[in-house]
Amino acid sequence: MSVAATKKSKSGSAPGRAASNVQAKPGSAGCQPASAKIARNIVEKIWDAHVVKQLEGHPCVFAIDLMLLHEVTSAQAFQLIESRNIHVFDPSRLLATIDHSTPTRQNRWEIYDEAARTQVETLRSNCKKHNIPFLDFDSGKQGIVHVVGPELGVTQPGMTIVCGDSHTSTHGAFGALAFGVGTSEVAHVMATGCLLQKKPQTMRVEFKGHFRKGVYAKDAILKLIGEIGVGGANGHVIEYVGEAVRAMSMEERMTVCNMSIECGARAGLIAPDETTFKYLKGRSHAPSADKWDAAIDYWSSFASDEKSTFDKSVTIDLDKLEPIVTWGTNPAQNVGLSEPIPKLETLEANERAVAVRALEYTKLKAEQTLEGTPVEWAFVGSCTNGRIEDLRIVANVLKGKKVSENVTMYVVPGSEAVMKKCHEEGLVDIFRAAGADFRMPGCSMCLAMNDDQVPPGKRCISSSNRNFVGRQGPDSITHLASPATVAASAIAGCIASPAEFL
Amino acid sequence: MQKVTIVKSKAMPLPIKDVDTDLIIPAQFLTSISKDGYGANLFRRMRDNDANFPMNRKDFDGATILVTDSNFGCGSSREHAVWALTGAGFKVVIAKSFSDIFYNNSAKNALLLVVLPAAVVDQMLQSATSADYEVTVDLETQTVTLPDGSTHKFEYDQFRKHCMLNALDDIEYIRSHAADIQEFRERQEQNRYMSTRGA
Repeated sequence: MSVAATKKSKSGSAPGRAASNVQAKPGSAGCQPASAKIARNIVEKIWDAHVVKQLEGHPCVFAIDLMLLHEVTSAQAFQLIESRNIHVFDPSRLLATIDHSTPTRQNRWEIYDEAARTQVETLRSNCKKHNIPFLDFDSGKQGIVHVVGPELGVTQPGMTIVCGDSHTSTHGAFGALAFGVGTSEVAHVMATGCLLQKKPQTMRVEFKGHFRKGVYAKDAILKLIGEIGVGGANGHVIEYVGEAVRAMSMEERMTVCNMSIECGARAGLIAPDETTFKYLKGRSHAPSADKWDAAIDYWSSFASDEKSTFDKSVTIDLDKLEPIVTWGTNPAQNVGLSEPIPKLETLEANERAVAVRALEYTKLKAEQTLEGTPVEWAFVGSCTNGRIEDLRIVANVLKGKKVSENVTMYVVPGSEAVMKKCHEEGLVDIFRAAGADFRMPGCSMCLAMNDDQVPPGKRCISSSNRNFVGRQGPDSITHLASPATVAASAIAGCIASPAEFL
Repeated sequence: MQKVTIVKSKAMPLPIKDVDTDLIIPAQFLTSISKDGYGANLFRRMRDNDANFPMNRKDFDGATILVTDSNFGCGSSREHAVWALTGAGFKVVIAKSFSDIFYNNSAKNALLLVVLPAAVVDQMLQSATSADYEVTVDLETQTVTLPDGSTHKFEYDQFRKHCMLNALDDIEYIRSHAADIQEFRERQEQNRYMSTRGA
């Protein structure tokens, strides 16, 4: 696996080998729109197209095209604008749903936790009051905010998209500049349609080669995070390029972009192409037939010029990549299934301290392999891997087999639309016959804000995005993996490679 | 937002790299619709599992400066992480580096984040364990003064500094450009293919 870094890597050519630490491109902190003659990368093009005002020494007034809202990070923003008597700037650029603290049992309308219930009811009434489209339970459209945006076709190339959620980077799969913001910034966008922003640095990540059987986009992004570390892309927006990226479906691209934040990136994106346009065509909020050609022309302009440069560059070779599973308490602490957890002596001093603490929490030992480690829980779902394609892969692994009697398996669709497809395609029957619990849509056990928690001390193999301490419930242990690896492990009762089940 | 000027306090050490937002405040505590009350659960897990965790020590009572390692605040965009720190009385966090979203969120809540060189931070993390390690942070002069009398300059964005010193927030600044915003949106209309209406 080669990680190459160059000071100024060119867009069209392979980056040369260099030290793994990277230097900054001089003069990249400015904010002036580049002239048309200067080669620009896709991030710079989207940036330039959204600069409203730039005063010397000030951050840019930067236009946001779409803001997605959910119940956890919006209430205080509504309070702020209401306290100043400010109206919502443009409700047709806002879209809200409920996902984080909602139950995934059949009757979701009854939320037992009073605070969670208040949060959901508050968003419902705020949206009504401010005329913001709200995707409620049983609308057929409710789901995880980063699943429903693309499904409706509101996520489009060249746009700027924010949400009070770090996994907003998911929408970058469509060639949009999409990033997470805090609640204060949610209020700023509500009030003005704009944010104050500084131009980000850019990073080019090339995925070379092809996936082997049983290896997926999730494994590729976990590999990148493992290579560059949880802070490896701090301050940067990543463009993912390469033949493997071009061959990916939109679902796979979303998985890759989704986890950009786990290596610290501000956002991650992929230039739009035929795959993107095909996905969007015919969706309820995609451009109508009379505007379609003009939209494609406009969207196609968002591609990195051949001679454009990036501040950092990394190449990941997929040809030999195997299924990846995390062993620690951050997503960078991961290994291939045949590889041992690193020897502590080989780690830098402060990384070693992090590793020692992580291994103590996950009850594992340095130098051991993960394959065969017993798991009690298996979770398929989340904005990372809760889409229809993910659930098809899981069904393919589970078909005709049984989840181990020692394992409780949750399969949580990313949205009501995904759930409907699972029923239509017969996937639900497969999940249930295998003994998995197919539940209602939401974030669920990814962050355990609702009742879906891994019990203390129990070990879960999970298709989600974070294995932080206590993430899936107090004292729970998380191993991040692809949906296929989760399904294979659920059957085996221990961490297992999906290859033999495919 | 409160004005930020000079903060003088004993420093509380948290010698851990990559402290994530779930460690700062777990998701289970995010169900409130207010900005208040999160301080009680700041670093909840570490407080529950380690009797010697500085926040459990009486001699660190009243500390308003936190010193930690690198990449502090990584993970979620939850501003609740900042509200938990300010709710527990913290006014300054000193580290080798911070994650992006956490950094932005802090500036909007009068929580001053200071980046100092690794060697200085390491020295502070070692010395601060005794709880009588008093540090002065001055945003105006962009300096941190340690008990040994040494003074260390830190970088800070001048626009943000102006906002912090004068308790200004972004909304009014952006709204002062209303005419530019309107003109931009009119110009942008020809390439607009998205509306959430009817969703």
